[in-house]
Amino acid sequence: MTEHPRDITATSPRYDVAVVGAGPAGLAAAVTAAEAGCRVVLVDAGQQPGGQYWRHPDETAPRGDESLGHHDWSTFAGLRTRLHGLVRRQRITYLPRRQVWFVQRPSTGDEPPAHTLHLTTAYAGADGGDDGPDAVTGDAVILCPGGYDRQLPIPGWDLPGVMAAGGVQALLKGHRTVAGRRAIVAGTGPFLLPVATGLAQAGADVVAVCEAGSITGWSRDPLAAAAVPGKGREALEYATALIRHRIPYRQRTAITAIRGTDTVQSVELSRLDREGRIRKQAGTVDVDLVALGWGFTPSLELVTATGAATRKDIDDSLVAVVDEEQRATVPGIYVAGEATGVGGAVLAVAEGELAGLITARDQRAAVSQESVRALQKRITRHRRFAAAMHTAHPVPRHWHDWLHPETTVCRCEEVSYQQVCGARDDLGAGDARTVKLMARPGMGWCQGRVCGFASAKLAAAREGRALTADDLRPTAKQPFAAPISLEQLAEGPQHE
Amino acid sequence: MADTADVVIIGAGALGAACAYFATEQGLRVHIVERGEVAGGTTSACEGNLLVSDKEAGHELDLALYSNQVWRRDLAPHNHLWEFENKGGLIVAATESGAQNLAELARRQRDAGIDVTDVAADEVHAYEPHLTKNLTAAAHYPQDCQVQPMLMAAQLIRIARERGARIWTRTEVTDLHRDGDSVTGVVTSRGTIHADHVINAAGTWAGDIAQLAGVHVPILPRRGFVLITEPLPRTVFHKVYSGDYVASTTSSDEGLQTSTVIEGTRAGTILIGSSRERVGFDATVSLPALRQIAAKALILYPVLAKTKIMRNYHGFRPYCADHLPVIGHDPRAPGMWHAAGHEGAGIGLSVGSAKLLVQQLTGREPDLDLTPFAPERFDLVEAS
Repeated sequence: MTEHPRDITATSPRYDVAVVGAGPAGLAAAVTAAEAGCRVVLVDAGQQPGGQYWRHPDETAPRGDESLGHHDWSTFAGLRTRLHGLVRRQRITYLPRRQVWFVQRPSTGDEPPAHTLHLTTAYAGADGGDDGPDAVTGDAVILCPGGYDRQLPIPGWDLPGVMAAGGVQALLKGHRTVAGRRAIVAGTGPFLLPVATGLAQAGADVVAVCEAGSITGWSRDPLAAAAVPGKGREALEYATALIRHRIPYRQRTAITAIRGTDTVQSVELSRLDREGRIRKQAGTVDVDLVALGWGFTPSLELVTATGAATRKDIDDSLVAVVDEEQRATVPGIYVAGEATGVGGAVLAVAEGELAGLITARDQRAAVSQESVRALQKRITRHRRFAAAMHTAHPVPRHWHDWLHPETTVCRCEEVSYQQVCGARDDLGAGDARTVKLMARPGMGWCQGRVCGFASAKLAAAREGRALTADDLRPTAKQPFAAPISLEQLAEGPQHE
Repeated sequence: MADTADVVIIGAGALGAACAYFATEQGLRVHIVERGEVAGGTTSACEGNLLVSDKEAGHELDLALYSNQVWRRDLAPHNHLWEFENKGGLIVAATESGAQNLAELARRQRDAGIDVTDVAADEVHAYEPHLTKNLTAAAHYPQDCQVQPMLMAAQLIRIARERGARIWTRTEVTDLHRDGDSVTGVVTSRGTIHADHVINAAGTWAGDIAQLAGVHVPILPRRGFVLITEPLPRTVFHKVYSGDYVASTTSSDEGLQTSTVIEGTRAGTILIGSSRERVGFDATVSLPALRQIAAKALILYPVLAKTKIMRNYHGFRPYCADHLPVIGHDPRAPGMWHAAGHEGAGIGLSVGSAKLLVQQLTGREPDLDLTPFAPERFDLVEAS
């Protein structure tokens, strides 16, 4: 490991490439850049590599079934083997359990423009032992922060027993834990399928998968699907598994209310029209676990901290603007994976590899132009597939019609739908930032990571206009990318 | 939009909102034109202080005391709308010389009409149980208050709208309608509004508006950062700050200055300030400034060492070289009025400033002489 003195004024260890995140994109980026000859540091909040997507049981207590529930485990196993080899040969400095809390921009005239990433331990409660350097500097920085579950408030969503689909999946993959016995999976998009089959395989009774959209949406761009045959095979396998477990798949159906006193007892189902309005009630089902999946929100705080440009993607997520070589609009910053647009692990790996190659090439390593072009082609194909998927599985446009005035929108600050509406109707808040300042959704512990998307949607809908990137930016912009103690903040140098 | 009004107010921050409130109270037809959203500028990036304690005897203190009365009397029926809290201020000193300076400051302030109680070192913890034990003296200011500034601006505008005011957000003033030197309306991105009076309440950007009227109002940005903690059970009860804060608010230094200001909010978070820098409109987060703020806060509240900082924000205080705001009619451009340049005290001073301005605008004698705040005063200084 590199030396890392406490005083970071001039001496935070400097690397050719700093990669943030050890999920699909970050792992691919780090090993690719290192194999091309760069000195690489890989910073990751997780205990072990894999990120959310390749979450698996604790490697220190191996149990032989770590690939259970995974689709492309061999890709991960390969990347992990390369990572371990490169770490042994001191080509990659791997820093698990560390997270970036602040991105310090390059000083004027710094060439190449190096960014310094200030780090803190990623686990609250972990004792303050020297867990790694307090900062690392990268001549190039590849941000692969991934994403998290996109959540939509509905009546009763704050009852225990209601979980984000990704959270249910994480418990299955990481801890082999089933969060309930009688489950329903609802929301939109293909991710509902592995969650439902995973629950069923783990022994839960899955009463239905409710898809708010319709699979006929795919017919709008059949070529996009045909261009990525692997995805078709995957879908077929899941469909077969649903049949095997006798799980009904109900299209244009949503959970529009969840009932229970201390915990979930039942859900109300509704049939939706094309715009997501409730067409008719479709009965009540008793369950003790509700898994809701509305897609994913990319983690954009590190991207915005660099000052790089962002835009609204086709799925209404805020994403980084990158060129065809994964470069963000700020020199020295590259972005790969979900933060450039939600598109799944295969795409993320390709983008990570490309970013690794390009940073190496920018630092004068010999890089095959053919490999670059092949990756770019693969990325284009998967982007088109992702776009078709997002188009077929939008968040229902009239989802807010399902809310009651007292439905909680922000759980941290206990802000109701009525209060969000009041910020606009009574106080004139015309955008998401102003709604947040007036009514406080997104001001609490999670800093809007749970309700930010929904609040932005509500603010725009209330104004009768489409969601804009500016509605999404207040949540994405976090001057501290992670909470830090006052003591830790006070520790460093107090002058430029 | 081609319209007429008695008064057009440029800016929907604290000052614009307060002007709208008092102007509509007098029955005037008001239009508010705002480039962004309600309370979106400096008003959204401050702590909402209504302080008398941080001011030396002089014109600003006179205005602060006047404004304090306006909050308590005129606005009493509405104060619950913006979380008005008469929390009181506590200035603390940690050295013998600091204690002496504080005693002298308190004496001067008492002479100027401030209600202030000297607090001995062994009595401080009756006010603030979690403060460091290493203090030499303190002074308690029962008149100090706090509001939630965005709610205050938005609610004042809501009341003004109920009295007939109209607000145009996302509407930029691109020019002023002129008749010779006189100002007779505003030209906006959505059209022209003719008016007898135009009030420039554009805060840190008020100098640009003044320029459209051909007059010089030198307001500059002075950047400040604030740290926000995770929500905690009530730990800080007053507005607590160190004695050097008063010196730093009145200094004109361009470089980074920090002095500790700590207070709890109704939401449970603690706001920790403050820094002052003259760096233009540079929005880059300055880690050294944040570190200085954190280190100094820990001197007063070592108990907060493990408390997590959730976020920080920054704003640009509208700063005038003599630390006095610009309030009142501009004789160089008849019809043009200013209510801006209150630096770090704009929320507290807003309602007093607005009430006085509207008194002048409606031909009455202002309760407080506005001469020290005259917009043309800088021309005289610069000419001499």
